[in-house]
Amino acid sequence: MFLAFIAATLGITYWAAGRSTGASAFFAAGRRITGWQNGLAISGDYMSAASFLGIAGLIAFYGYDGFMYSVGFLVAYLTVLLIVAEPLRNTGKFTMADVLAFRLRERPVRAWAALSTLTVSTFYMIAQMVGAGALVSLLLADSGIGYTTAVTGVGILMIVYVVFGGMLATTWVQIVKAVLLMGGTILLSILVLAHFGFDLGALFDATGQVTVQEGGSEVTRDFMTPGMYYRPPHGALDLISLSMALIFGTAGLPHILIRFYTVPDGRSARISVFWAMLLIGSFYIMTTFLGFGAAAIVGPTTISANGGTNMSAPLLAQALAGDVFFAFISAVAFATILAVVAGLTISASASFAHDFYSNVLHHGREKEPGEEVRVARWTAFVVGAVSILIAIGLGPDANVAFLVGLAFAVAASANLPVIVLSLYWKRFTTRGAVWGLAAGLLSSVGLILVSPSFMGIDGPEVAESARRMIQAQALYPLRNPGIVSIPLGFLAAYLGSILSREPAAEEKYVELTVRANTGLGAEKAI
Amino acid sequence: MYAVGNSLMPSWDRIHGLPSYRRMIARKIRAVAVLTVFFLAYYFALPLLVGYWPELMARKVWGYVNWAYLFAFSQFLMAWAVAFAYMRHADRCDRMSEGILAEAEEAGAA
Repeated sequence: MFLAFIAATLGITYWAAGRSTGASAFFAAGRRITGWQNGLAISGDYMSAASFLGIAGLIAFYGYDGFMYSVGFLVAYLTVLLIVAEPLRNTGKFTMADVLAFRLRERPVRAWAALSTLTVSTFYMIAQMVGAGALVSLLLADSGIGYTTAVTGVGILMIVYVVFGGMLATTWVQIVKAVLLMGGTILLSILVLAHFGFDLGALFDATGQVTVQEGGSEVTRDFMTPGMYYRPPHGALDLISLSMALIFGTAGLPHILIRFYTVPDGRSARISVFWAMLLIGSFYIMTTFLGFGAAAIVGPTTISANGGTNMSAPLLAQALAGDVFFAFISAVAFATILAVVAGLTISASASFAHDFYSNVLHHGREKEPGEEVRVARWTAFVVGAVSILIAIGLGPDANVAFLVGLAFAVAASANLPVIVLSLYWKRFTTRGAVWGLAAGLLSSVGLILVSPSFMGIDGPEVAESARRMIQAQALYPLRNPGIVSIPLGFLAAYLGSILSREPAAEEKYVELTVRANTGLGAEKAI
Repeated sequence: MYAVGNSLMPSWDRIHGLPSYRRMIARKIRAVAVLTVFFLAYYFALPLLVGYWPELMARKVWGYVNWAYLFAFSQFLMAWAVAFAYMRHADRCDRMSEGILAEAEEAGAA
């Protein structure tokens, strides 16, 4: 099953390799992906293992509070649809920084935007790689494939897709994965409902009375009730902070934004978000069936004993339909990870090659034709190799879940404010963009370092490899930095702008708005 | 003037000054602003209510189904509805924009 997926995706890569010559073809799949195809690809790019395994696991362990993530992941696309997608397509070329560089001075904004893109992509990628390695070593524990082999395998596959097949191969890998993931989730949901005789009331009743182990004794908990994860004294604020990072972060995720360059025009960009919302929404509604089902049928105690939260969905599959279905769901999870890391790799390498190498170092001139694409291929290779090494260094028990949250927080605090202001505020300046990017990036990373994800006092029962890095009381009480770092990003961007003047940027604002709103002069499909 | 293919593209300032362009932008901004304010308010009401009024939200409506779950579920319907409303509006703006570009081209040729 899994081998079939690898064979199919390598076939796609081979086919795409012949068509990926030239920058537009390599970075943007020739801008010929149709709206609904791109909608599928966005879903495939977005619904990571963190969603499929992680959210199902969170719901299985913390009930309702896990569902809050599902809601945020979908509603976030309204920010993408209403505010970002079409103007981005109409004014940019290959990367998020293109939109900023349209009016502002290229070198400083591209340098900072590239740094922020690489930060977001690396954090996200390491989380996925560690997850993939841990998953495979659990699933294939009997076959002798260990964590290191699994991480290396995922890394090599993703390098092959991106280096040889570029955006076209990445897109189709994501489309295949989206179809598999939806299929797997629908099947699993039907099985859960069938288990309760297709009576939703019975599922909710079972979810309302889940037996859990607490302090050695068994208690019955209502998993439909909020507050199992976000508890007092800071739970409410943390929940709001999380909601902010989710809803503003998605529209700043570089690997999602560059997908809009793969379609022919603004209208297709819009249609692709609409399709993505239908798929992503249905998927996250089904995460309730998966999560509540895992809580009610398998139970948190059994899941803890068999690999922890991330194993909820595969274990549910095993409980409902045996080992073959378990293997199928595991293969889907694996395909999910591969498609997401491929998307991250191409966004990182596009940003490095196009923003940093071509425009910052070489002032936008290619020394020889095809140089930008060659640099991007090398970057993809390096990014892949480095993430393999980091993931192996961290090991399978590393607590990396917070990295996904951090990626969203950086995207929301550094990228989104400058994208929005450069599109909608005439007075925005280069200094504002640099300050905004720097403040958002540094404050979100800094706050995570002093938050309970990194700082805290672990009891003696916590394993050595899973202990937090700083064993002291956390300085910042919330797990999510968004509530502080997002306003900081906006504030710094605003202050930087009013403390400087840039007539050139103001003059180009008319051109930007006309282009953004009419699509006149936008990059054409090839 | 920028040459695209064989036809001259009208200048950005000229398009920007067209009354029909102004009308389209005003409509667009109004629609996007209304929808954005609405969806942000609806969305943030959820963590606020769940965070600060947990007893109210945990009140059961049907079996174990409570207000918190129903409100969270309604967010999905809200997101789809807002997206649908925006899509319809944006299609109208696209048709206006085609007309505007044609108008600008004629004005440029004259």
